[in-house]
Amino acid sequence: MTSANLVEIDNVNFAYDSQRTILRGINMTIPQGKVVAIMGGSGCGKTTLLRLIGGQIKPTSGAVRVAGQTVHELKEDGLYALRRKMGMLFQFGALFTDMSVFDNVAFQMREHTDLPEEMIRDLVLMKLHAVGLRGAHRLMPSELSGGMARRVALARAIALDPMLIMYDEPFAGLDPISLGVIGQLIRTLNDALGATSILVTHDIMESLKIVDYVYFVSEGVIVAEGTADEIRASKMPFVHQFVNGEPDGPVPFQYPAPDYATDLQGNGRA
Amino acid sequence: MAVLDTLTSGLRTLGHKVIEGVWRIGFAARFFFAVLMYSGTAFRRFNLTIREIYFTGVLSLIIILISGLFVGMVLGLQGYDTLQRYGSSEALGVLVALSLVRELGPVISALLFASRAGSAITAEIGLMKTTEQLSAMEMMAVNPIARVVAPRFWAGVMSMPLLAAMFSAMGVIGGYLVGVKLIGVDEGAFWSQMQSSVDVRLDIVNGVIKSFVFGIAVTLISVFEGYDADPTAEGVSGATTRTVVTSSLAILALDFILTAFMFRGVG
Amino acid sequence: MNRATIDLWVGIFVTLGIAALVFLALKVGNLASFGNEPMYAVSAEFDNIGGLKVRAPVRSAGVVVGRVTDIQFDTRKYVAVVSMSLSQKYQFSKDTSAQVLTSGLLGEQYVGLQAGGDDANLANGDRIKITSSAVVLENLISRFMFNSAEKTGQTKGETN
Repeated sequence: MTSANLVEIDNVNFAYDSQRTILRGINMTIPQGKVVAIMGGSGCGKTTLLRLIGGQIKPTSGAVRVAGQTVHELKEDGLYALRRKMGMLFQFGALFTDMSVFDNVAFQMREHTDLPEEMIRDLVLMKLHAVGLRGAHRLMPSELSGGMARRVALARAIALDPMLIMYDEPFAGLDPISLGVIGQLIRTLNDALGATSILVTHDIMESLKIVDYVYFVSEGVIVAEGTADEIRASKMPFVHQFVNGEPDGPVPFQYPAPDYATDLQGNGRA
Repeated sequence: MAVLDTLTSGLRTLGHKVIEGVWRIGFAARFFFAVLMYSGTAFRRFNLTIREIYFTGVLSLIIILISGLFVGMVLGLQGYDTLQRYGSSEALGVLVALSLVRELGPVISALLFASRAGSAITAEIGLMKTTEQLSAMEMMAVNPIARVVAPRFWAGVMSMPLLAAMFSAMGVIGGYLVGVKLIGVDEGAFWSQMQSSVDVRLDIVNGVIKSFVFGIAVTLISVFEGYDADPTAEGVSGATTRTVVTSSLAILALDFILTAFMFRGVG
Repeated sequence: MNRATIDLWVGIFVTLGIAALVFLALKVGNLASFGNEPMYAVSAEFDNIGGLKVRAPVRSAGVVVGRVTDIQFDTRKYVAVVSMSLSQKYQFSKDTSAQVLTSGLLGEQYVGLQAGGDDANLANGDRIKITSSAVVLENLISRFMFNSAEKTGQTKGETN
């Protein structure tokens, strides 16, 4: 069972308080070795799902199992042991600004292993080479462009060869070239490391090129799921609207760039 | 009716503030215990703490030394002016040394430390939170309290007494320069009266204890405000301001309490 | 910032801090006197100690030889019992007398010791027998006024 599905999300509900329910009855399975995308508009609870998998928050009810372990039942030691096998790419990279690119990638190796410094150097350069930034290892994060920072963060996320890599909005705010580079890296690194990847994104065109399976989340529930081809061919109004980026459809507020009038209304209510 | 409404809403605001305040104190206390519990890393990998001593202690050195010198010089001038009216200008050394060692050294250096190093700690941790660096660390199975907060806390606690001692020493030198070299108070009387009146245990050790307590309070407030800051630009700037305000008030209040206990019944 | 540079600066910082503490302890304070010297305790009873305080100096011929460690009131004899700790360096004869004195007219009060001629010396726990109390300024003034009033009375009587 664990060999087939690395992550299982079983009827999960999550709410910060009684008024604001973020997730309702989510069921997901993420098979070993696949790249799975979770899509939906901003604020629909995608990032919350990643936090649940990483054990940073506990579900209100239901269970998240990673590699057969129920995440929210783990003690701190167990949780940290599990997290060592996970890598996460944060939305804007979240590089440690007081450390060089090299030290950022070396961070986990130094924290969690007793490897000699020469070996760490080789490993770091290998990871940086994989994302094409071996030449930048002396730079500080403030000297990097957005796309480069994202790639360094990716190198850092795979530093300990994780079994599960999570990406929080890996495409946000990137130029088309960087977008393509990151997309390719996600796929090739996943296959090269034999890892499993979860992508949280609203960039449908880029994701459909690389993912195996897609979940659509809207207002805390899964509204559609399927393989990339099924999604492209889907006749469901919501998916159709999302894939083609139509401004008007069944869920106008879910459109990634809401139109002016909706935006104003949304602000007025808040 | 309108008066009643205003009164009710006023009371409600007050109640809300009190509950929030109490909740925050409880949260801060739990945070303090967490910092102590996860302090192992700060000592096992002491170079992490050394790095923070550089940022909190060494970078505060200039402001502390210069302020100490000037405060001592002012004490020398003002003290002489008052003492010579009573014909006891030789007691200038005593006045300068006791005011510095007991009060001004620990208090002023702690106030300077709060605005120089404390605000920097808050801003740094707050920004790390805003840019998700703390979350990233957590996801890399590294506890941010152990890796980020505890070394900064201990660095501050260790730096503070040293800075206060330097402040007092510089102040005594400043008082000496003005009193003896400039005004011409007898040098022998200046030092000997000082030495016979300043007690090592009662005055100097108590001063060090004070600065140690201030160090704990200021750095705890700084790391707490940073860690608790809203992850936005406004949140961080608000937290930085709160660090300076809360630390200053805490220093002065603690100073009163400590003084009341330490110098009770001492002539 | 280079690791070695940071280490160097922190080293300088700690050295300066400790130097400041040592300066305070030795030059500003009086750690040099009675730091860890062996001491011995004696006590004395006074009818009146005036404003004597704990930690006041004990002097003999102007030299500080010890400190007052404790002051108690004896409710049976209605006297003040002053405990002192004297440096082992300074030995005093058994018939040494103690006196509460004031340095200057309004200065701090201290215990003055006046050595006697006995061959045996005071030992730890001994009590000084011969004491004289503090001069209380009010008493002094009233006695002076009483005396002078008496004198004026006499002179008046003679002239009458």
